[in-house]
Amino acid sequence: MPVITFTINGVPVSGQQSESILEIARQHDIRIPTLCHLDGLSDVGACRLCLMEIEGTSKLLPACSTYPSENMVVRTDTDKLKRYRRTIIELLAAEGNHQCAVCVVNNNCELQNLAYEVGLEHVRAQYLFPKKELDATHPDYIIDRNRCVLCTRCVRVCHEVEGAHVWDIANRGINCEIVADMNQPWGTSESCTSCGKCVLVCPVGALIEKGATVSEMEKHRAFLPYIMTARTKQEWIARAIEED
Amino acid sequence: MTIEELEERAASEQQRQAEFKKRVLTCTAAGCVSCGAGKVVGHFRAQVKERNLAKEVEVVETGCMGLCGSGPLVRVAPDETMYKNVDLEAAHQIFDEHVVGGKPVAAYAVDPKMPFFTRQVKVVLENCGRIDAEKIEASMAAGGYEALARALTEMKPEEVIEEVRKAGLRGRGGAGYPTGLKWSIVRKAQGDQKYVVCNADEGDPGAFMDRSVLEGDPHRVLEGMAIAGYATGASQGYIYIRAEYPLAIERLKTAIKQAERAGLLGNRIMDSALSFRIDLRIGAGAFVCGEETALMRSIQGRRGRPRPRPPYPSEKGLWGMPTLINNVETYANIAPIIRNGSAWFAAMGTPKSPGTKVFALAGKICNTGLIEVPMGVPLREIIEEIGGGTPEGTTFKAAQTGGPSGGCIPAEHLDLPVDYESLQLVGSIMGSGGMIVMDSTSNMVDVAKFFMDFSVDESCGKCVPCRSGTKQIALLLEKIRSGQATPDDLALLEELCVMVKETSLCGLGQSAPNPVLSTLRFFRKEYVDLLIPKLVYEPHEA
Repeated sequence: MPVITFTINGVPVSGQQSESILEIARQHDIRIPTLCHLDGLSDVGACRLCLMEIEGTSKLLPACSTYPSENMVVRTDTDKLKRYRRTIIELLAAEGNHQCAVCVVNNNCELQNLAYEVGLEHVRAQYLFPKKELDATHPDYIIDRNRCVLCTRCVRVCHEVEGAHVWDIANRGINCEIVADMNQPWGTSESCTSCGKCVLVCPVGALIEKGATVSEMEKHRAFLPYIMTARTKQEWIARAIEED
Repeated sequence: MTIEELEERAASEQQRQAEFKKRVLTCTAAGCVSCGAGKVVGHFRAQVKERNLAKEVEVVETGCMGLCGSGPLVRVAPDETMYKNVDLEAAHQIFDEHVVGGKPVAAYAVDPKMPFFTRQVKVVLENCGRIDAEKIEASMAAGGYEALARALTEMKPEEVIEEVRKAGLRGRGGAGYPTGLKWSIVRKAQGDQKYVVCNADEGDPGAFMDRSVLEGDPHRVLEGMAIAGYATGASQGYIYIRAEYPLAIERLKTAIKQAERAGLLGNRIMDSALSFRIDLRIGAGAFVCGEETALMRSIQGRRGRPRPRPPYPSEKGLWGMPTLINNVETYANIAPIIRNGSAWFAAMGTPKSPGTKVFALAGKICNTGLIEVPMGVPLREIIEEIGGGTPEGTTFKAAQTGGPSGGCIPAEHLDLPVDYESLQLVGSIMGSGGMIVMDSTSNMVDVAKFFMDFSVDESCGKCVPCRSGTKQIALLLEKIRSGQATPDDLALLEELCVMVKETSLCGLGQSAPNPVLSTLRFFRKEYVDLLIPKLVYEPHEA
């Protein structure tokens, strides 16, 4: 596999052709914010936070699913990209019910951290205050769809790692929501193995353990390296969901 | 079937048609059927039976004749008189006086010299409304499958691609990608299996070009796909068509069956080495499934959500194999190019956009219907001459092209040549060919809101800018419409539009703000007039 050299934000970097630009950036300590990406899962390019400018390309491309070519000139830190990132977080904040002060993942939330990082001071967009269903039928876990950012990490981890494919997306557009099996209460799902991977990968307080109160719920991602190992050793139960 | 047999069948059909004294053609495409064409055909059939004229008069059901706004339409051959607004009474009169009596009925006749007909150049629609769409012999008699026969016997696959490339044909789905180039990429791509896909998921509001082609001349599309299969090395084709087109689906099913029986689809087509099957895949009505990566996922039986490109379908498409995806109209152009040569095709239209384009004229215009014009004709000619202008007492305000992905072209750009580049320059797109005309009674903020609501409904919800951004844009437009918005809201609206356009994942999101951006560009005053003026604090002089 040939090694490719190119620059990100003016810093010369090198990587293999099979590595995404996001992976290479991380190896070189270049921070690119992400939300839907999770090491070990397939990439969907849905959150649009890792968008970058590439010289000679008019379109913005996501770092997580773009692969490098020799002498590529990549920028991830332009004013325009920073502004777009802030707007994306702003749109997410307005889309769901994200009241940090009363949320179980307060201080342990990826959306909250991203909001700090991009400097979101206020939300100009109209709050939508969705009234989606909260499902507490599972003995151990709860899904609060109003806090969901639709990153689909739970869908992917359940399909690609656990192999159960409990979760999927119902409806479309602004009405999208994560549903268990054929849109039935989670507690009645026969495919769910109660492994809890979906709860651990959820970046926000949408999938949570029962019995946690404000700020208590920390997501233990220590198992994630195992996913990585499984991926590199091809110990997959099912084919990657986004692979075509 | 060999070429000789094909010619024989074509000749015997021509002979059969010539033996009739009169042939009564009635349009039974969706538009005319909805205003009673079925009854008219029934009346003609009953009359023929009653008067025992089965040997002299043939009653034929055809596809679209073009002047959809004045349906049901009837054409009497061989003298080619066309009648509009044919109700039962008119049908009776036409049969009595013209079909039997031989004297055309002036009251319902359409003037064949009206610009609607004389200004059109028909390539894709040449057989539409002239042949029985449910008979393969009718298509053969009009030259159908001649191009496939020629390609299979006289040309190498590379030569077919070269011919398409030299013709300069560009994708008619909207983006205008060179078709020959796409074909050669698929030909060169490595894969055990290759696929040819026809995108018939026409979803733009007010667009009905693809439906009319499929209802009027389905064999032409099958022939184009088979030629594409031969050129690219594919053995399987899919037509992805929306379930809202039941008649087109029915006629396609019939056409595929007939072509298979005649040995023009299936194994060893025309005794050559080419094997090519075509199957239908019915869409469930999601607009986003017209986006090629979402369309492929839908064909594979999965949720229709786009994925980032590259890899492009021509490299990694259906089941990871090289896949050629073209629009209905693109395939409909293939047979004439092979039959008449690339030079003939390239001579029409403009050097950069050769050929013709089918448009669906709708909205506030006198002649609503389906038209085909050479690329590069001025918009004015389409609106004022072919379309007959806006209704009495109103003036032309704007034309909307490209549906929810396009923009509005105002009156000051009426002399704009209609081709891919020129439309892009004024912030619109060619799109698949929907053209909605607006007159002085139309409000442009309402127009923008209509298309934005459409995009909100049809967003798949995968990426944040399109899912949440379009919703916010729609909310801001509603705020402006209800007179509660401030100049700050307008600024936010513009900012969000640019952001959604630049950051969305697929073409749907990237083009969703176009109707707002283009109306803002040309009709900004209509927005500003609705705003609450900004309050400015003016301290009193002490």
